[in-house]
This record gives sequence, structure tokens and C-alpha cells, in this order.
Amino acid sequence: MKLHIKYDTVTACKMILQEQLEKLEIPYELTSLGEVELKKAVTYTQHKDLNAALKRYGIEILDDQRSIFVQKIKDTIIELVNSEERLPSAKFSDFLAQKLNHSYGHISKIFSDVTYTSIENFIILQKIERAKQLIIAGDLTLTEIAWQLNYSSVQHLSNQFKKTTGITPTSFQRIIKMRRKAM
Amino acid sequence: MNQSPLNILLADDDEDDKLIFRDAINEVKVKTSLTMVSDGVELMEYLQNLDGELPAIVFLDLNMPRKGGIECLREIRNDANLKDLSIAIYSTSASEQDIEDTFIKGANVYIKKPNEFNTLVKVLEEVITINWQYHTSDLNKENFVLSI
Repeated sequence: MKLHIKYDTVTACKMILQEQLEKLEIPYELTSLGEVELKKAVTYTQHKDLNAALKRYGIEILDDQRSIFVQKIKDTIIELVNSEERLPSAKFSDFLAQKLNHSYGHISKIFSDVTYTSIENFIILQKIERAKQLIIAGDLTLTEIAWQLNYSSVQHLSNQFKKTTGITPTSFQRIIKMRRKAM
Repeated sequence: MNQSPLNILLADDDEDDKLIFRDAINEVKVKTSLTMVSDGVELMEYLQNLDGELPAIVFLDLNMPRKGGIECLREIRNDANLKDLSIAIYSTSASEQDIEDTFIKGANVYIKKPNEFNTLVKVLEEVITINWQYHTSDLNKENFVLSI
């Protein structure tokens, strides 16, 4: 016996996309056919998993290879900075080169081409963000935070904090406390 | 990465300041698309009736007729649809107390209006790139404070 089927590829594609994105718990919105808006930045692993899941249906993510690579650089830095362990004193450049298996020059060039900012700035920003989290959590003193993030001294951390945010760590702590109370 | 231009909104009543801001933002490396409104009432109307993507960042002058920057900031932070907007206060005053107060009221960035055009370009460049990092690297916006 033969069944005659009429199918609508657009609906089918949308359903597949919805199912797979939901399975990976990626918040999304289907904007138009051929375009999915992700509500949050996805990690390199999520991106890879999604890619693999969609491939089975013949759906391919069209993406700039360089953007994916930059995401991988970012993930590597974020993971290192946010680990519970003390930041290693080895140079970030050596660490990244080894971990990503490319020369640091190559890594650094792609990064600044795509993001308009340098890896060094990105690392500083991430370290200061981590410092902010630790300051707000309130379990560690500023001296301990400086040690944890491998600053040579508490002054070094304070200076970089002030240079990056325009305010001192103490003033930051006060602002967040009062803001939480006020809002 | 993000190839479409970043939407930027400026609320300022001074025509000269607006022109300078527009020229400066055009010098910034990141591609942007600028919308300008002339006071707080116009700003809130624009934001509340916006059909499409919210601006990546809103630059707010503190002293505007009809509705000032601080009042807009309060309304934005109390609006479920707008509360996550990045807000940069753009002001001529720079007392430490003013700055801290604005941050407590929910501003992310405090810019003291520079006198030099080139400084303004550099400042805007920095604000836009850092804001973009918060956006694309999934950083906690609650901790985003920058005084420049």
C-alpha cells in the first residue's frame, strides 16, 4: 500500500529547531525562516552540541568560523578566571596557546579583529568581574581576593579595579549594597 | 560576530551637544545606528512604543526640560520591559557624591562630558566596547558600573 503525504518543510524545520533548542535549554526566538535569535550567548560546547543535533536533520548552522574560535577563546579564559582554584601564575598567553593549539599571535589577532578589543583587555575585564563577585559575596578580604586572582599585591588589584571601572573596590561595594536596598 | 549596527539612543536637549555626540559616535570603530530624542518625555514615549530591538545602550543627559535623566532612570528600572537596558549618564557635573548616587539609582555608566572631541570619541569607544562585552559574554549586568 502507498500513502500519499503532503508536507510543509517550513513547519517541520521550525518544529525541529524548537525541539532541539529546548532540549539543550538554550533560550531562543525564531525570528524568520533561516534565522534564530539566541537570548543568551552560548558556550562553545552548546554550540557544538546544537550543531551536531541539527546536522542529523540536514540543518546546518551557517556561522563565521572566526566567531566560533573567539567564543572558544572567551570560554577558556572565563573558565580559568572563574575556577575555585587560585589563578596560576603561568602567563595567560602560554596557557591559551597550549590549550587552543595555535600560536598566541594568531589567537590574539583573530580575537581583536572580531571583538575590537584585545585579549589582554578581555582578561582584565573578566578578572575584575570575578573580583566584583567575590567582593559582593563578602567571604574574602580584598587581600585574599588579590591573592586568589594572582595580583602581586592588594594595591595592584585596587589600581586595576579603579582603572577598569572608574571607582574603588570599597565604593563599588557600597554602591551595590545601597542599590540592592533601594531597588 | 554581531555584524548589524548597534542601536544607540541619546536623550539630550542641547542641539550642539547632540551634533558633537553624533560626530563622535561616527568615529567609533564599532558600527552603530544612532537615534536622538530631546527630553525625558520623548525618551520614555520612544522606549515604550518601540517595536523591535531595544537599544544596546541609552545615553541620558541629567538636566533636560519636562523630565530629567534621574527620573527617566527610575522609570526605566521600574519597567519590566526596560529594566535591563544599559544606561549611561552623560553629565557636566562630576562630584563623587553625584556619581555614587546615580549608580545607586541604577545607572551603569557615568560619563563626565569631556571638553575635547577626541576624548569624547575615546570615551564612547570604551563605553561601547565594554557594554558589548557585558552583552556578548553573559556577564552580570547588575555589577556593570563604569565611571569615566
